[in-house]
Amino acid sequence: MKTTADVIIVGGGVVGNAAAYYLAKRGVEVLVLEADDSIGHGGSSRNGGGVRQSGRDVRELPYAMYGIKHLWPTLSEELGVDVEYHQGGNLRLALEESHIDILKGQAERATALGLDVKLIDGKEVHEINPYLSDAIIGATWCPTDGHANPMKTTLAFYKRARELGARFISGEKVVELRKFKGRIRSVVTESGTIYEGNTVILAAGYESREISKTVGIDIPMSLFYETCLVTEAQPPMFDIMLGVATAEIYGHQCDHGSFVFGSGTGLEPSKVPDSSDLRVPALDVSANCRCIMKYVPMLKDAKVVRSWGGWMDITHDHVPVISPVEEVPGLLLACGMSGHGFGTGPAVGLLLSQMVVGEKPICDITPLRYDRFKSDR
Amino acid sequence: MIISNDRLRDIGEFIPQPDDDILICRCEEITKGEIRRACHDGIFTMEEMRRYLRNGMGLCQGQTCSKLVKGIMARELKISPLDLEPATSRAPMRPIEMEIYARDGGNVG
Ligand SMILES: Cc1cc2nc3c(=O)[nH]c(=O)nc-3n(C[C@H](O)[C@H](O)[C@H](O)COP(=O)(O)OP(=O)(O)OC[C@H]3O[C@@H](n4cnc5c(N)ncnc54)[C@H](O)[C@@H]3O)c2cc1C
Repeated sequence: MKTTADVIIVGGGVVGNAAAYYLAKRGVEVLVLEADDSIGHGGSSRNGGGVRQSGRDVRELPYAMYGIKHLWPTLSEELGVDVEYHQGGNLRLALEESHIDILKGQAERATALGLDVKLIDGKEVHEINPYLSDAIIGATWCPTDGHANPMKTTLAFYKRARELGARFISGEKVVELRKFKGRIRSVVTESGTIYEGNTVILAAGYESREISKTVGIDIPMSLFYETCLVTEAQPPMFDIMLGVATAEIYGHQCDHGSFVFGSGTGLEPSKVPDSSDLRVPALDVSANCRCIMKYVPMLKDAKVVRSWGGWMDITHDHVPVISPVEEVPGLLLACGMSGHGFGTGPAVGLLLSQMVVGEKPICDITPLRYDRFKSDR
Repeated sequence: MIISNDRLRDIGEFIPQPDDDILICRCEEITKGEIRRACHDGIFTMEEMRRYLRNGMGLCQGQTCSKLVKGIMARELKISPLDLEPATSRAPMRPIEMEIYARDGGNVG
């Protein structure tokens, strides 16, 4: 079996698969190693589907906006799978004056960066979306945000990359990286196989931290757990992505008619971090239901069909690491997506492919470097 | 092991069959042909299949069709059905209204 490739990607999530696609499209020989038996087993298939720019940090906004302008609108056509992308806008809702204060700050920061986000009152909210609670007193409105189907998007990048010749091996857990003559060279897996490449892209979510440590690089990240639920299909109501000022819930109605909402109980910080433990804690779904009914009371009779959970890889400053590593030439990091890496997945994949082939990147990525974390003591 | 997980493994061409139109997942209306075709898109596990097509994601949660899906996939992928792990079952066991699910004693006010 061939164990070499020009580029080896560790992790078959939306980031790894998108990078594989954009590289294969550029004629580069790619090999993706995924630890799980299923491609897209991580956060990429477990998220709320938000494709948003509002709420993003100034360092992320350029590529978040690029993706929404240039990649998402044609993605289904390009990949040959309907990824159910809808640009219906995003409402971030407020129930109290204190929520408005939070939203004001967010809207000001985003507007300063050139994003069209404005604060609107309760009446305007209900004009945009008549299905929401009368108790809502205002919101921020970002008309260019939206949502998509994360499971299909992640597998669509895989499918198209594979058609273009990218090789994927599942059930192949990477445990170590090795250098040769000062450059990255080998990728060692649990099964004992040693793969070799000229470039290695580390896109394994939180596990990237353990793997990069084997070549002396540590990325400050932690694990954070969140759950989602899905309802049975409802009549078509709205195309809008919903969020709330308190960040308690987020969700949307899918093409299928069902509503997907993500949330937590507030007890998550005390959960034992273990990315292999995906069981949904008993309290989560009930808390999610209560929060949803506060904002969309008419869903009270909607039946919950399924719930699931996933882990987020959160960096110390909640901004991803997308970066070359000078100490280990040939190693590229793409991890720490910090709970919002689905919407930016296509743009990050494109950026990685540009870094590999030496194309001018769609934006400056130096603010996303891995060595930006410094102690302030 | 590694060889069977190589997603470029050759499973041959997709050949249409006369019964490709039969419904396998009734809840989500997924046909045999769609499942077979997805295998050729590189969908090699039951977890991937239901994420790709929504089979088994409806009201019965795959209780009726998952054995059938497994058999179709195994034949198409030229492997034993024993090599296909079932997708994870997920709470609740039966669909429950939000208003009822919400009453677990939390946030009583
Ligand atoms: C409940 C929830 C809701 C979310 N909602 C949103 C949202 O609405 N919008 C949004 O933009 N984002 C959202 N996110 C975040 C988003 O899902 C992630 O940021 C994104 O999927 C990250 O993609 P990734 O490819 O970096 O990571 P992952 O999808 O985690 O992929 C990493 C892959 O690497 C594999 N791997 C791990 N270790 C190894 C190893 N040693 N060797 C080989 N492979 C390995 C894993 O199995 C996994 O498949 C949410 C996340 C969760 C959990």
